[in-house]
Amino acid sequence: MSQQATIAETLAEVATTLGRYPEWEDRYAAIIAMGKELAPYPQEYRTEAFLVKGCQSQVWLHPSVTDDKLHFDADSDAVIVKGLVALIVRLYQDRTPAEILAAPPDVAEKLDLTQHLSPNRANGLASMLKQIRLYALALSMRKSL
Amino acid sequence: MQSSASSRPKFDVAAVRAEFPILSRTVHGSMPLVYLDNAATTQKPNVVIDAITSFYRQHNANAHRAGHVLGMEVTAMYERARHLVAELIGATSDEIIFTRGTTESLNLLATVLGQHLSSQLPGSNIVITEMEHHANIVPWQMLRDRTGVELRIIPVLGDGGLDVETAATLIDESTAIVSCVHVSNTLGTTNDVALLCRLAREANALSIVDAAQSISSVKIDVKALGCDALVFSGHKLHAPMGIGVAYIRHDLLEMLPPYQGGGSMITNVTFESTTYAHGPLRFEAGTPNIEGAVGLGTAIEWFTSCDLRAVQLHKQELTQALVNGLCSRDGISVHGRHQGHSGIVSFTVDGVHPNDVGILLDEQGIAVRIGHHCTMPLSQKLCTNGTVRVSAAIYTSNHEIETFFVALDRSLRMLR
Repeated sequence: MSQQATIAETLAEVATTLGRYPEWEDRYAAIIAMGKELAPYPQEYRTEAFLVKGCQSQVWLHPSVTDDKLHFDADSDAVIVKGLVALIVRLYQDRTPAEILAAPPDVAEKLDLTQHLSPNRANGLASMLKQIRLYALALSMRKSL
Repeated sequence: MQSSASSRPKFDVAAVRAEFPILSRTVHGSMPLVYLDNAATTQKPNVVIDAITSFYRQHNANAHRAGHVLGMEVTAMYERARHLVAELIGATSDEIIFTRGTTESLNLLATVLGQHLSSQLPGSNIVITEMEHHANIVPWQMLRDRTGVELRIIPVLGDGGLDVETAATLIDESTAIVSCVHVSNTLGTTNDVALLCRLAREANALSIVDAAQSISSVKIDVKALGCDALVFSGHKLHAPMGIGVAYIRHDLLEMLPPYQGGGSMITNVTFESTTYAHGPLRFEAGTPNIEGAVGLGTAIEWFTSCDLRAVQLHKQELTQALVNGLCSRDGISVHGRHQGHSGIVSFTVDGVHPNDVGILLDEQGIAVRIGHHCTMPLSQKLCTNGTVRVSAAIYTSNHEIETFFVALDRSLRMLR
């Protein structure tokens, strides 16, 4: 079984992929395409409880735990945001809380997305990252009990 | 009167644009800025920027306090600005209170009218409309929660106009206050506020007009509107941010209790009691935004030096170009009534989230507003995801509207 790439490695991979598109249109097309590859979001979790606060469009994020690893289902009603959501989910999918919490929360800067994101859009990403880290923290605390 | 050579007043948009330095900047590298978010705030001409700079370079002192040269100059400048505001809306200087903006003006009115009418509020009602900005909803809700006064809402019809017939039944002998928006910041609809003020008057209620959006596109005359109070912000009229106006009819103003306590709103203070100043100063506790007021005065002089009729025709043309262009495209719905020249047009695209449109327009240098535009109750009624709002100003060119449509088509090709 091949070793799962680390968050840093996945980040570098995504950055390289997006870096291949110097034109904003192609970059956004790639982001939108990522969103389309996201697994369908379970209807029963499309509720207020799983809405990420602080986003201009609606973002849902539902965590589940298998073998001490966090798995995320996520969705948005706006396609570009959904692409960004997919991008973040790809980074943090099926990882232990320790891995998630050890990763620096500056994904947007690393990907050079901030240059292409208004502060509101960057805030949206930050809210989602914060939520992922909160879920990781909650899980790690539950384990230590 | 216009010359016989042309039936239309001349309007030189290029000359107007040249007075606004920000309009020549670029965004995202070398993309020209196309600023179509004028309903949120307007840009400032050189004369206003220079007035603020010159205030601090030449005059800075406190108003209504100092007897020295600078103090007297600044007091004269501040009061001259008040006079210019009064002239702009057909009022007198003693009816003009300077505030931080429309929001503070409405909070001031809700507070002081709430106190003034306190004995009659339980059992009475306040009437607003469904298309109000949060600034004309929340202060009244807070007053309702303090006093138990009922809050009544005039509904918006499907076409984005007000249901005036229902308004006539909602406003009754128990109505204390009617507060309504002149031009909707979300829809661009112009409401017949004179009619609502008349209904209020007949019911012995006080009337308030929110002129935040109309001040830059309609000739406001408080006497013709028949309102008891009217509010607007300077920054939507090419003046600095943080300065606004509350007009209150003179005899009403003199009956009202103060808003905040502090310096300059008093005539005498002892630890036992305080005598409050008369006139607008009673509502201007503390050092006011003097440079803002001076900037507003300059902005008003600049704005009124333009031929308002020509500006209106220009904005009407832009509004029409926006509405026609949007309506000619498949799957786009335009919200609101557009008989006027507000320059505000809100739309939604079938199957496309406004947020996505806003992001891709921004990538192309086009600044528009997306979302609920601080009118959440209206949003919930018309389009739950919000809208894309395009808003033109005096300096918006036809070419910019064409650029907007090229960018919109490109965005929609990517999103559909």
